Amino acid sequence: MLSRTPLTLKVGIVTFPGSLDDADASRAVARAGGTPIPLWHGDRDLRGVDAVILPGGFSYGDYLRCGAIARFAPVMAELIPAADAGLPVLGICNGFQVLCEAHLLPGALTRNTGLHFVNRDVRIRIENSQTRWTSGYAPGEVITVVLKSGVGAYVADERTLADLDASGLVVARYADGSPNGSAGDIAGLASADGNVVGLMPHPEHAIDPLTGPGTDGLNFFASILTPAAAA
Amino acid sequence: MSRPDTVAHAEATPGRGQPHAALGLTDAEYASIVTQLGRRPTDSELAIYSVMWSEHCSYKSSRVHLRQFAEKAPPTTALLAGIGDNAGVVDVGQGYAVTFKIESHNHPSYVEPFQGAATGVGGIVRDILAMGARPVAVMDALRFGPADAPDTRRVLPGVVGGISFYGNCLGLPNIGGELVFDPCYSGNPLVNALCLGVMRHADLKLAQASGPGNKVVLFGSPTGPDGIGGASVLASASFGVGDAGGERAKRPSVQVGDPFMEKLLIECCLELYAAGVVAAIQDLGAAGIACATTELAAAGQAGMAVSLDEVPLRDRGLTPPEVLMSESQERMMAVTEPGDLDQFLKICAKWDVPATVIGEVTPTGRLEVTWHGDLVVDIPPATAADGPLYERPLRRPASQDLLREDDPASLPRPGTGEELRADLLAIAGSAAGADKAWVTEQYDRDVRGNTVLGAPHDAGVLRVDEESSLGIAIATDGNGRYCLLDPYSGTQLALAEAYRNVAASGGRPLAVTNCLNFGSPEDPAVMWQFAESVRGLADGCLALGIPVTGGNVSFYNQTGAEAIQPTPVVGVLGVLDDVRRRLPSGFGAEGESIALLGDTAGEFGGSLWAHVVHGHLGGRPPAVDLMAEQRLAAVLTAGADAGVLSAAHDLSDGGLALALAECCLTGGNRAAQPATEGGTGCVVTVPAEPAGAADPFTWLFSESAGRAIVVLRPGAEAEFAALCAEHGVPATTLGVTGGQSLELTGLFAIPVAELSAVHRRTLPALFG
Repeated sequence: MLSRTPLTLKVGIVTFPGSLDDADASRAVARAGGTPIPLWHGDRDLRGVDAVILPGGFSYGDYLRCGAIARFAPVMAELIPAADAGLPVLGICNGFQVLCEAHLLPGALTRNTGLHFVNRDVRIRIENSQTRWTSGYAPGEVITVVLKSGVGAYVADERTLADLDASGLVVARYADGSPNGSAGDIAGLASADGNVVGLMPHPEHAIDPLTGPGTDGLNFFASILTPAAAA
Repeated sequence: MSRPDTVAHAEATPGRGQPHAALGLTDAEYASIVTQLGRRPTDSELAIYSVMWSEHCSYKSSRVHLRQFAEKAPPTTALLAGIGDNAGVVDVGQGYAVTFKIESHNHPSYVEPFQGAATGVGGIVRDILAMGARPVAVMDALRFGPADAPDTRRVLPGVVGGISFYGNCLGLPNIGGELVFDPCYSGNPLVNALCLGVMRHADLKLAQASGPGNKVVLFGSPTGPDGIGGASVLASASFGVGDAGGERAKRPSVQVGDPFMEKLLIECCLELYAAGVVAAIQDLGAAGIACATTELAAAGQAGMAVSLDEVPLRDRGLTPPEVLMSESQERMMAVTEPGDLDQFLKICAKWDVPATVIGEVTPTGRLEVTWHGDLVVDIPPATAADGPLYERPLRRPASQDLLREDDPASLPRPGTGEELRADLLAIAGSAAGADKAWVTEQYDRDVRGNTVLGAPHDAGVLRVDEESSLGIAIATDGNGRYCLLDPYSGTQLALAEAYRNVAASGGRPLAVTNCLNFGSPEDPAVMWQFAESVRGLADGCLALGIPVTGGNVSFYNQTGAEAIQPTPVVGVLGVLDDVRRRLPSGFGAEGESIALLGDTAGEFGGSLWAHVVHGHLGGRPPAVDLMAEQRLAAVLTAGADAGVLSAAHDLSDGGLALALAECCLTGGNRAAQPATEGGTGCVVTVPAEPAGAADPFTWLFSESAGRAIVVLRPGAEAEFAALCAEHGVPATTLGVTGGQSLELTGLFAIPVAELSAVHRRTLPALFG
């Protein structure tokens, strides 16, 4: 079992115009025992939260390029330096795209091969269970979560991909082959310090067997509640 | 720019010719407008009447028939608002209400598949939003020409892409629907979009402008030159045959969607409602500002003064008639009290939604519209909003008897196990019977986190309340083949199937919506089909005790003289007091008993077997017994409530054979079983005589209505048998779940892997 901090952690969930899975991320945080705090894109204020989730959706309509406009939102002016200073940040789907656009993570997300949106339950293998968001998983653990994206194919230059591999920064890979053309079957990445994680599939949609494929995703939200030292 | 045609100018130039015919108005309708106004209409007024009196907006050919839904409405306490409002509102208990409606966007989706289908979703979502509800899910009932026809490859991927683009970006889960192929839809696909919304009882909003001095606010996207005449020249006319470029010429009548703005509109409207600053609200859909102003004013029995100069434009060259008729998307119109205006505008600004006061409510009883200070519209709004009423001639076509005499009894039938196996695989791999994941995987099923069941289960099931686990179920069904053979009973079969699908998911059916897709109302044979269909639906709803809460009629679904099969699509809404008791439609655990509920007779008219194996359509559709449907639904919902069932799947086209195949592949979770995980087989023994004196072929492929497969929880057999006996529902033990094959004892076996490959490869092979 995970050991939990005595005081519940405050996890900020940013709502951009066009964010869609913000309510789902809040539900997952609460289900794991944290306190979700809504953050508004237009406020340069993180409200003293202990961690931040950038949820899925189509921020600013995904016009120009996914995440390209959200990256310049007032709240990001606070978030980027805070993340550089070690604040745990999880970007899911559109949030992953925002993190890449903000250069908090390397590489970029492009249109799926086949050019279709894909909504499917997928199995991913946790490759790095040392990050602030994955410490609750066993190394190599295979979990089932929900993929739902049209711009989910991860790309980066050869050198970046080699560096990611060498430094163990690939957080998760598609266990049954990439359904969207991601390089190296990459489903998620971490920053060098492991505090910033981007994930294309949605763990917040796998927290309850009634409404998802199971509860495999819950540990992302439980992991952050464990003291950093344990990670 | 030339001066607009003003009221004063119209009075001074009574003889000036006007292009009423090009706008879709008949000579008699034009004369009626002149009589009612006591002068010729201005160009702007003519624009308003042309769209408001279009078939699409006025229901002028259908209203005399649709009255039956009210006249034959069963007694119910479930309705908070009914037909006539933007959408019906149903009490689902615990202080919650659900509003739902289905609407066609057929013609735009043929001319420009992507945007046509996208804006179809957008339009129905705004309808639901205007009732005060938060939209929570969408569904689509789609019909296309043959799956392998070249034009289907143009239209289908575009339509699916448009629904995916708009619905996904809007953040609404797509929880089911239909996909049907038939040559009759080649020149006229059907794109029917359904939306569901949830609200607390107190949040119901009605579209009425009252209270002189109240401000009229237009908010959302600016108005542009798109969708002009969409309701009249596009939606209310047939496509010509061989008029080269005809469909392309109508492309400017299709609107262009911006789902991001619609998402902002949803959140903005919900915050406006919560703040209590909305006195009345209406969405802008077909006929745009013309429709919103006339309907709001007419319903509130008030007048309205509007300055078109205030309307934010994307194209400054628009003329007053074009501003009134534009169907630019993502716009709403609200009435707010002057004291609430500041707060109203502030909330809009928070969501980056442009909002402009364009007029106010007046005590005059007239709609007065000005442009550059000149009066260009001055009409009693009800004259536009009510429209003409036609009792079109109808005649049962002589060909109907020939169709019915062409009985499928003469078709060669499979006799051996090998032949039965081959026919099942042919059906399971046909476009009609194949897995639809190629389509449904392109839709976000899970956003908002309340989807309990989605495609390919019998009904879409949503959780409404996390604390109480209140849930709702919804299914749409329609079968054009049955309706062609007999529009009265064919429509009742569609109703019965949707009703059965809701019950098979554990829902108690409560209310009905419909989208009636037919050919030209000017053809007496089509009008006969329509009249029979409406009569069948009204009688059926009365018998089942569930009211029609609203709907939509789409006429002129034909190219040249060739009408589509009559295609009423019926949606049934149900409630689950505890959504954790929902029933998936697939086999989960191994070793559970499978039973068939209902009676099986040899009924093959309009069947999928006749269609796929023989290309045959004739005879009579299956018999309808709505009392038997009611008993079956009672057993299914009671079985779900009591926890004695682990799954249920209704029998419809393809009969028992296709239903068993689907059960093996669907699985017991909310989504389809991932292809990588195989599935769960079963061992089934087709009952020997005298259990209905049916041969194996009849057992497997007949489409008798009122039937379902159920899977029993271990040890619940006796309790379930008692339940069936109590309700008088015949139950036949079929076999058990488990193994790696769909095995019919003594007849054939198909490995689940083979079945899966045949079932899943068809659509990807056709559409990539």
